[in-house]
Amino acid sequence: MSNADYNEISKNGLWTNNVALVQLLGLCPLLAVTGTVINGLGLGVATLLTLVLSNSSVSLIRHWVRPEVRVPVFVLIIASIVTTIELSMNAWFHDLYNVLGIFIPLIVTNCSILARAEAFASKNKVLPSMIDGFMMGLGFTAVLVLLGGMRELVGRGTLLADAHLMFGEVARNWTLVIFDDYTGLLLAILPPGAFIGLGLIIAGKNIIDKRLSKRQAQAVQNTGQEAIA
Amino acid sequence: MNKGKQIFVTGLILMLFAIAGAAMVALTYEGTAAQIAENERHAMLRSLNQILPAERYDNELIDDTITLAADERLGHAEQSTAYIARKNNQVVAIIFSVFATDGYSGIIKLLVGINTDGTLAGVRVVSHKETPGLGDAIETKRSDWVLGFNHKSLQDPDSSGWHVKRDGGIFDQFSGATITPRAVVKAVHHSLLYFASHKKDLTGSVSHE
Repeated sequence: MSNADYNEISKNGLWTNNVALVQLLGLCPLLAVTGTVINGLGLGVATLLTLVLSNSSVSLIRHWVRPEVRVPVFVLIIASIVTTIELSMNAWFHDLYNVLGIFIPLIVTNCSILARAEAFASKNKVLPSMIDGFMMGLGFTAVLVLLGGMRELVGRGTLLADAHLMFGEVARNWTLVIFDDYTGLLLAILPPGAFIGLGLIIAGKNIIDKRLSKRQAQAVQNTGQEAIA
Repeated sequence: MNKGKQIFVTGLILMLFAIAGAAMVALTYEGTAAQIAENERHAMLRSLNQILPAERYDNELIDDTITLAADERLGHAEQSTAYIARKNNQVVAIIFSVFATDGYSGIIKLLVGINTDGTLAGVRVVSHKETPGLGDAIETKRSDWVLGFNHKSLQDPDSSGWHVKRDGGIFDQFSGATITPRAVVKAVHHSLLYFASHKKDLTGSVSHE
């Protein structure tokens, strides 16, 4: 595997094939927990960890599993990993676990994890699979954090509220109050806010993509004209 | 390879992975169970201490419990647990787990601490699914509303006062959310009534332990 492939994998996970923005997978937890930056980050990191571990294990065993039973085996692996992560979070990040609640076990149902196992990890070596899982997870986390930030800012006027749930007591004062005396826009915190926010982010990505392809087309045209001239 | 053997091998592979997965979960469970129990205990004690500061009792509050029969005044369809706070072997307060069942969405789980003289030591919300931004003002994180129950009793206010202001009582409702505070006020009032009718059993029979 050359470096170019890793670049491709990273670009794929973070942008071109982003789990949340392009594949639109895992929307249930995505929309449900992104009330704040910290909630988004917590679920994002848990999902990222699951993706890395499941991709590496699936890749490790890819030669031993028969095609007939590969999907049940993948599901078994993913479910075991998620349960392990759930128990560990309950033990070491108890307060965050309480906040995220049911959405940790629900990571199992995030189709992107099975999709990556099936589409990538079962056909590639361990290291690329690991990196694919990491990048896909990072792309998902980035969207969760961005959406969490938008909703928290508009809905409550703060950022990083309850950071101590994740980073311990030192983080208790990390909360940034952006607007003082802000009564909050309820819509942003309620479920419709999640849909609107995600819609805006997807729209933003599409605009950027359009600009990029226009610029590329122009660049090609320019070089073409130069060549003719 | 014949078909029978193929099915057997495939099944064997599936079984091996099932065993490996179960072993992994079992090992993690073994490794984390003590820590999780400790966390839950700690979290429970923290909420109990919010109602009843540690200097007001000298027993192991979290282990000194009684099981109460189902009673609709506490909102429980099944048995519930109450915590008994003692100082010098005298019962000073009892903390009930109370469910407010007529909130806006789902059950509002409360801890209601009642001093032996019938006044409220404090009320805290353990968990709820009320609307964020509207009904969640019952949390101490969002507002001081729930502290307004401190020192209240069945005499202060009398039963006509145990309502939100809109219903002619003395407790504030929230702008845009009346159902949530109404449910909590009712649940607290009912637990005071429960305490009053079981006071002898609760504070007498258990103090010999």
